[in-house]
This record gives sequence, structure tokens and C-alpha cells, in this order.
Amino acid sequence: MRFHLDSDQTAIQDVVHGAVSSVLTRDKLHVFIDGNDDFEPDSWQAVCELEMAGLMLPEDQGGSGLGLVEAALVIESIGKAGAPGPFIGQLLTAIALSETDNDTARSAWLKRVASGEAVATFAFGGDWLPTGWTVSVEDGKASGEVRFVPSASAAKVFLTGTEGGGLALVEASNAVSVTPLKSTDRSRPASTVSFEEATAHELFPPGDDGVQRIFDAALVLLAADALGGAQYCLDLSVEYAKERKQFGQPIGRFQALKHQLSTMALNVEPARALVWYAAHAWDMKQEDAPRSAALAKAHLCDRFVEVARDAIAAHGGIGYTWEYGLNIWFRRSVFDRVVLGSPAVHRARAADLAGW
Amino acid sequence: MDLSYGDAAEAFRKDVRTFLKANWMPQSVEKADMKAYIAAFRKQATEAGYLYRAIPKAWGGSEQAPDVIKAQVIREEFGRARAPMEVPGNGMNMLVPTLLERGTDEQKALFIPKTMSGDYIWGQGYSEPGTGSDLASVRTRAELVGDKWIINGQKIWTSQGGKATHMFALVRTESDAGKHDGISYLLIDLDQPGVSRKPIRQMTGESGFYEFFFDDAETPASWIVGERGQGWNVSRTTLKHERASIGSAAMLGNQFQKLVELAGEMTRNGQSAIKDPEVRQALTRIEGWVMAHRYSSYRIMSSAIHDEEAGIISMMMKLLLTEIGHDIALAAQDLIDDEGLIEPEPAGTRGRGPEKWLDQIMGSLGNSIAGGTTNIQRNIIGERGLDLPRDLAMERGQ
Ligand SMILES: Cc1cc2nc3c(=O)[nH]c(=O)nc-3n(C[C@H](O)[C@H](O)[C@H](O)COP(=O)(O)OP(=O)(O)OC[C@H]3O[C@@H](n4cnc5c(N)ncnc54)[C@H](O)[C@@H]3O)c2cc1C
Repeated sequence: MRFHLDSDQTAIQDVVHGAVSSVLTRDKLHVFIDGNDDFEPDSWQAVCELEMAGLMLPEDQGGSGLGLVEAALVIESIGKAGAPGPFIGQLLTAIALSETDNDTARSAWLKRVASGEAVATFAFGGDWLPTGWTVSVEDGKASGEVRFVPSASAAKVFLTGTEGGGLALVEASNAVSVTPLKSTDRSRPASTVSFEEATAHELFPPGDDGVQRIFDAALVLLAADALGGAQYCLDLSVEYAKERKQFGQPIGRFQALKHQLSTMALNVEPARALVWYAAHAWDMKQEDAPRSAALAKAHLCDRFVEVARDAIAAHGGIGYTWEYGLNIWFRRSVFDRVVLGSPAVHRARAADLAGW
Repeated sequence: MDLSYGDAAEAFRKDVRTFLKANWMPQSVEKADMKAYIAAFRKQATEAGYLYRAIPKAWGGSEQAPDVIKAQVIREEFGRARAPMEVPGNGMNMLVPTLLERGTDEQKALFIPKTMSGDYIWGQGYSEPGTGSDLASVRTRAELVGDKWIINGQKIWTSQGGKATHMFALVRTESDAGKHDGISYLLIDLDQPGVSRKPIRQMTGESGFYEFFFDDAETPASWIVGERGQGWNVSRTTLKHERASIGSAAMLGNQFQKLVELAGEMTRNGQSAIKDPEVRQALTRIEGWVMAHRYSSYRIMSSAIHDEEAGIISMMMKLLLTEIGHDIALAAQDLIDDEGLIEPEPAGTRGRGPEKWLDQIMGSLGNSIAGGTTNIQRNIIGERGLDLPRDLAMERGQ
């Protein structure tokens, strides 16, 4: 039995966090969020150079043969660093290309996506759930509009949700137009993407089991991002409470604040094992994997929102500023909560899946 | 990650099952003989190496090398067969581990076998009327006169106080030493003229804990665990041996399952309550917490198996359990609705309806007090877990 991180797994976290934070300095992150780009190449490059995008691919496909547990650790580090990405989209696209029966799509794109040469994002849209996806694909041409696509302007391919709940890989071209949205989450700005007969490879037909698997993986990765973000909010608040003095002493000495910080920790640390479990259940293709993914997504995203709010309260005035930067993570918590479906949606699904 | 226990553990599980099949047959036993049957069974299970594993053979244990997974397999299989484990209570949970670490051979010989057999039942004598969270402020005192300690004072909230034959108590023995250094850990026979007890009725209506009065009560000079003035330290002793348990996760899982069943039984808006969208949200919201608790327990167990420290998460489990218990209580209260206006018959009575949830609804409050209140847990998480500076008010109080 082994249900805590081993040294290889902690190394993944450390390496990714180290690589991202060395290139994505605080100043640079602020420049990015104040700008109009939806893609930050340096942190992107740093992560892809670590061969993280292909880490879940089997070794004969050039990957590291690792699982969603490790992918979740990568995304957790990304969430902690507040890095733009689109890392979740990249990982998901690599998994989808690895698991599809469509050899043409795989040989054309898998290597490029796994190496990070081609940026890949996800374009699900609709009401987020596969049953609500709307893009139509006919004879290799995709048409339709998808809202809230992160890093859309940099993407070479879009992992796209299709009508009836299928997945297609749509290539960027003149037939794809990207209209930036004014996004709450400045670290992951999203766009509306329109496909007009854009070149598309069908990866999984509507209703295929593979679709639910990719979607479940997406839920777990989003939960992992929330975990990393929440951890960061906690760490920053604890650090601040030790330094900031009022009434002649560090504010962390005051019991009321100490208890607020303990509550934040109680929101973060136990949830970590839930993310691990959901990822592990997915890796083992367990029957409870979809339900665990849904509950993990719901739970973690609620926790992140709560901890991000508490972090700002714990800081006082400085926490409410643009400059200090906590709002970057607060805004990420807004993104994580709704993208792929809100906690209430996934709890309702979990109740259905239990057969209640 | 690997949640399986491994081949060796599964082979061991087979052995345990075979043993239980051959030796635990309560159906064949008359009610009147049950007590003796259980005692004999425990003896066999100890000889087989399944019970009293941390206790040396010399004191009647099975003296097994610590093995967290084996201990867990034993718990699971005994649980499945509804076979009795070690005698429950403070004696085995708290006193015996302390004696194993800090007791003299004389104390071990005197107390461990009788505690294992259930002849000695122990009360934990820590709290006093003036001493709760600030445990080191105990005022019950003992004075060494010849070869006896003479004890005067009062203990309160002693669980199992009605049945208790003995008490392990924190008492002040060094009047000129500091707050913590003045305390000793004494063992006291409760059956003597100097000790009287009085039940205290709990909010549930039952008499779950007692008050004890010591009026020149006596205990032999040698019934002190550790040196004079080391009682505080002794009371902090916890044996690491096979400690990591996912028992509370299993208990919580069961409780949650029962809540789901309750939702299936009650009605709301003319349909089964479990079909109600609000109820479904409430249940799955709690389930996220239950899962976080369960897998954190596995995480802690896994760390123990690999001999690593689990860190801050281990300081959170009590509070987490308490908080989830409260959430379950509120959900249950909502579900039983006006059935909650009926006072339940005592636990174990046949024919209890949904009002039986009042046991959990009230009992969950005990969890936030007993064994260190919720505020104290938050202090521990903040100060030991997050390394925040100690409260000045508390520092002054030391
Ligand atoms: C069901 C049950 C069984 C028990 N069994 C036993 C037993 O067998 N043996 C035994 O010795 N005791 C037992 N106790 C007693 C229990 O350990 C104490 O009740 C507990 O430690 C709290 O002490 P107190 O009741 O004196 O409350 P107090 O310490 O007076 O606390 C009252 C309130 O003040 C808060 N408070 C106190 N100090 C602080 C602080 N520093 N910071 C923030 N808040 C603070 C507490 O959190 C609480 O909310 C039992 C209690 C219960 C409910």
C-alpha cells in the first residue's frame, strides 16, 4: 500500500513549480495580467521542456507512462504558481490523441502536442457537460461557436466538444476565428471561438466511453488546479501573518486570526487526498472514477473559492489591492468553479451516478 | 498510488478468516455463557497473534512486531465477523500504552493482565471543576506520607465513571514546582472509603460521565507512573505502535451511508426525500468531506507503514471528524423534521424510529468538547501545524 507521495512524485511538483516560478516572476505575471495576451510563452516553454505535456502517454508513444495522479501534481503546481497555460488543455489533448482510434489524427498531432510544439486548448462550451456540446462535425469539417476557450489565439489545435457528446480535434486556420472575451481570470483569458467548416478530426464519436473518460480527467485536473491555488492562498496568508505586526506583535499571534488560518488549512489539506483518490481511481479505471471526479471537482472548487476569500480577509487592506496579487488567485477560483460545470451541477451528477 | 494491501497482507487475511471461522461461533453459545465464551475467544485470538499485539508475552500479550497493515487487516476481518477485539475503553486505549512506555515492571504485571481481561476498568481523571482546556492547572493534590499517597480533591466528567474500578489521574504533588512540573501521574483504586462518586446526567438524558471526590483517599507510593513531577510528560505519551488506524473513517463512512438510507426513508414534497434536489445537494456536499476524511486516513496509514511523518494532516483528523459529524447532524435534523420532536428511547431499544438520529445529533456535540475542544484543536493546527506564534494570553497563563 502506498497512498502518499513518493520522492519521484514530490520531485515532479518541485521541478514544475521551480521551473515556472523561475521564469514567471511576480513582475512578469503582473505584466501578463495587465496586458491583452492570452498566452505566456516563457512559462509555457519551461513546462513543456520538462516533457510534462506527454507525461501520461505510454512510453512507446514517447511519453513517460505516468498517470493522472502525476498529471494532477503538475497542474497543482501550475495552479499554485498562477501560470497561464493552457496546460490542462494540452494534457487532455495529449491523452485524447493517445486514446483515440483515429490514427490519422494521432500521427499528425500527437508528437507535436506532447512535445509542446503545438499549443492545444479545450473548447467544450455549451453547458460544459458532454450532453450540452454543440459544435457539429461533418465530413471532417467543424462548424459552431464555443465560448470561454483559454489561450485560444495561441492554439494550433482545439480539443472540441461536438454535438451529442463527441470529441474532435479542430485545427487552427482561417476557418477559425477567435474573439477575446474580457475575462475575470486575467491569468487565463478566454475567447469565443467560431469554427466555419474548419478542418476537424473526429477522435471519439458521440456517446463513446472515451469521451466521458477525457471529461473526467478534465474534472480531476481542474480540481488539482484549485488545490494548488488554495494552497498558495493559505501559504501566503500564513507567511503574512508571521510578518505583519499590529498592537506590537505579529498578527498571527491573535487567536481569532490563527483560527481563521486553521480553518483555511482545514479546507486545503484534507482535500488533497480526495484529488489523489479521484486521479488514482481514474488511472485504475475503477467503477467509481466518474463519481469521484465529479465530487472532487465540486469539493475542491468550493474550497478554493472559500480559501481565496478568507485569504483576502486575513490580509486586510493589502489583500484588497490589485498590486498585491491575491486577486489573481481569487479570480482563478472564479474560473475553476464554473469551468466544466459548477459544484451544484457535479453534485447533482454524483447523486444520479449513485442511483439515488 | 496503491490502495491494495499487497499479497502478504491478503495471505494473512486468509489466515485470520480461517481462524475466525474455526473459533468464533457465537450462534452456538447460550446467552448466559457468552461472557466466558468471549473471554476464551480473546485468549485464543491472542495466542494466534491477533490481539494485544503490542503487549509482551510476559504480561499476557502476543508480542508481535509492529505491522500497521496486519493490524488493519485484523480490524477489518474481526469487524466483518463481528468478533470482539481487545476490551474497549480507556484502559487499553490510554493507560496500557502509557504503562508499556513508562511503567515499572511491577506496574505492568499488576495492571496490564487485569486490564486486558476487563477486570480493571479505568476512568481518565484529568478534568476538574476548575480545570478543562487548561489541563495543567489541576488542583487535586497528593502528598506522600510514608509509603502512601494521600489524595484530596475532585475530578469531573469521567467517562465510564459508573463502571470504573480504577483511575489514572493527573494530580499536583510538588507544591513548590511550576505549573507543569508540579504534576504527577497516579493510579488509584476507586473502591475505597476515601473515594466517592456521583453520576452526572448528560444532555442526552443518560448518565455517561461521573464526578469523583477524593477525601484522604490513598494509593501506594509505587503507583506513580514516571517520576514525581513528570506527570504532564507521561500523560502526553502515546505509543506509536500500530497507532495509525482508519477506524474512524470506516465509522464515518457507515454513518454517512445511514444518512443516505434515512433520506431514502423520509418523504419530502410528496416524494422520497432522496429525490429532492436540495437533499441530493446536501448529501453530496457532505460526501465530498467524508471522502476527503477517508482518503486522508489512508494517507496517514500509508505514511505510518512507510515510517514517514504525515505532517499537519494528522493534527486535523479530530477536528475534521467533529465538523463532518456536525454537518451530518444538521442534515439528519432536516430530514427527520418533526419526528425530531419525539424523545428517542435509549440506544439498543427495539422499534426506534427516525428520532433515533437525535443520539447522533446530540452526540456529535460531545465530540467538539471531549478530548480537547474545537478551539483547542484550532490552536494546535495554527501553532504546531502552521507554526504561528503562540498566543500571548496563553503564554502568560503558563
Ligand atoms: C462526552 C464527554 C466526555 C468526557 N470524558 C472525560 C473523561 O473521561 N475524563 C476527563 O478528564 N475529561 C473528560 N471530559 C472533559 C473534557 O476533556 C473537557 O470538557 C474539555 O477538555 C473542555 O474543558 P471544560 O469543559 O472545562 O471547558 P473549558 O476549558 O472551560 O472551555 C469552555 C470554552 O472555552 C473555550 N476555551 C478554553 N480555553 C481556550 C483557549 N485557550 N482558546 C480558545 N478557546 C478556549 C473552549 O473551547 C470552550 O468552548 C469529557 C467531556 C465530554 C463532553
